[in-house]
Amino acid sequence: MSDLFNWFSTPLQYAFMLKALWVSAFVGVVCAVLSCYITLKGWSLMGDAVSHAVVPGVVVAYALRIPFAIGAFIFGFGATVAIGYIKSKTRLKEDAVIGIVFTGFFALGLVLATKIPSNIDLFHILFGNVLGISPQDIVQTLIAGILTLGIILLRRKDLLLFCFDPNHAKAIGLNTQLMYYTLLSVLALTIVTALQTAGIILVIAMLVTPGSTAYLLTDRFDRMLIISVVTSVLSCLLGVYFSYYLDVSTGGCIVVLMTLLFIAAMVFAPKYGMLGQSWMRRESK
Amino acid sequence: MNKTFGITVDNISVTYNNGHLALYDASCTIQPGQITGLVGPNGGGKSTFFKCIMGFIHPNQGRVHIDGLGIKQAQKKQLMAYVPQSDEVDWNFPINVSDVVMMGRYGYMNMLRIPRQKDRHLVTESLARVGMSDFRSRQIGELSGGQKKRAFLARALAQEGQIILLDEPFTGVDVKTEKRMIDLLLQLRDEGHTILVSTHDLTSISTFCDRVILLNRTILASGTTEEVFTEDNLAMTFGGLPTVNLGLSSQKKSKSKPLNY
Repeated sequence: MSDLFNWFSTPLQYAFMLKALWVSAFVGVVCAVLSCYITLKGWSLMGDAVSHAVVPGVVVAYALRIPFAIGAFIFGFGATVAIGYIKSKTRLKEDAVIGIVFTGFFALGLVLATKIPSNIDLFHILFGNVLGISPQDIVQTLIAGILTLGIILLRRKDLLLFCFDPNHAKAIGLNTQLMYYTLLSVLALTIVTALQTAGIILVIAMLVTPGSTAYLLTDRFDRMLIISVVTSVLSCLLGVYFSYYLDVSTGGCIVVLMTLLFIAAMVFAPKYGMLGQSWMRRESK
Repeated sequence: MNKTFGITVDNISVTYNNGHLALYDASCTIQPGQITGLVGPNGGGKSTFFKCIMGFIHPNQGRVHIDGLGIKQAQKKQLMAYVPQSDEVDWNFPINVSDVVMMGRYGYMNMLRIPRQKDRHLVTESLARVGMSDFRSRQIGELSGGQKKRAFLARALAQEGQIILLDEPFTGVDVKTEKRMIDLLLQLRDEGHTILVSTHDLTSISTFCDRVILLNRTILASGTTEEVFTEDNLAMTFGGLPTVNLGLSSQKKSKSKPLNY
């Protein structure tokens, strides 16, 4: 018992570990809340696109010495506007447009990152670096995260209606265009929030997996939110510990844990799990 | 019920992005306080016509107005309620029946959509009216075909829209539920609602529709049921098929381009 206690308490004497733990947990909460909406709206691919599209924004922001969050947000949001525009002007299907735009932005980011002389580490942008997160970056993460949570909290019912039945939203005179861009901005903000923790490649996991796990476990949205947040925060905290003890990538650890929880839900969920469903089939025979 | 509203469709045409001409030069008026049936073959533009009236798509030409009001204004005044087709709804969504019905009240609520006494009362009343009170806590996917339709009809009632549009309300519904829904529609009409129902099921039209619009890419005929709902007109609308087969005609639909949002 005391071994377990020591396992958890020993790393807490290091300031960088404490910081990594609470920042990851915070990011875990923000991502988990939004992930419920993204899962239900079917915007996973859109999230992937935004996360890749922020790279040139980060590089440009560093070059211009402005906060990275601003550059990342502008490019992330810009990519979604570009996707919407190209889709409305051509006969291409959405997945093709998303594929073209986000790889284009990402490639531009790579070119800029390798050309513009700066002290940014491409590896940290791609894979996150929460153990070495700087105070300025924490401030930016906090601002982006609190903004996200605030917007969702205020507009949660409208956003849920927008995910469920945008036509009804229009029929009762609500501005669905505004909701569309609200959800996109919140998505871009969340990705900015999670950039330092998970990195660009893995941030999409934090935006899809907790919501999907929760979706398999309940039929009620409020419970889905709670389950999503709990699994996400748990994965984030344990992920930081494991990455400390095993000396492996933090973002990687967090996402592996999230995925394991998802697999557990997929197999054992009472109603929608594989075991539960085969049991129900047997019952009905 | 203070005032009834009619709909004027003025020469609308719709071409989709893929070049498909779904509707052309369609003009008609939908009379206030009556039930109008919108009849035509699958792929004949019924859904497109509905979506133009609801403002979900904008016609390339022409306009729709509600007693002089634009669609947006009419929607802001909560005049228009819409009961969607079953395949437009995500039945796996984690939401229960009373939450869906409460969404009918959002237009009356403040920014945070916090229900007041009146909203809760109307939700309860609307559920009772369609006979769904016992199912209010059910997740929507756990309902039968008829219950699903009634749940969304309850949402339209909770919205208190003067105009109610129902897109294929009798698809996947048993005869008993259909009868019950028709009785409710007749009651609503008598209370002054203007009702537009699209259907490809011809058998029930004459039992409850005051007026009929025949639609196949454009409006072929429009008027009272006795005038318009004739064998000759139907043969013209459905392209000369014998009418007995029409009720059984294939379920395949030419899907219009879904909206981006």
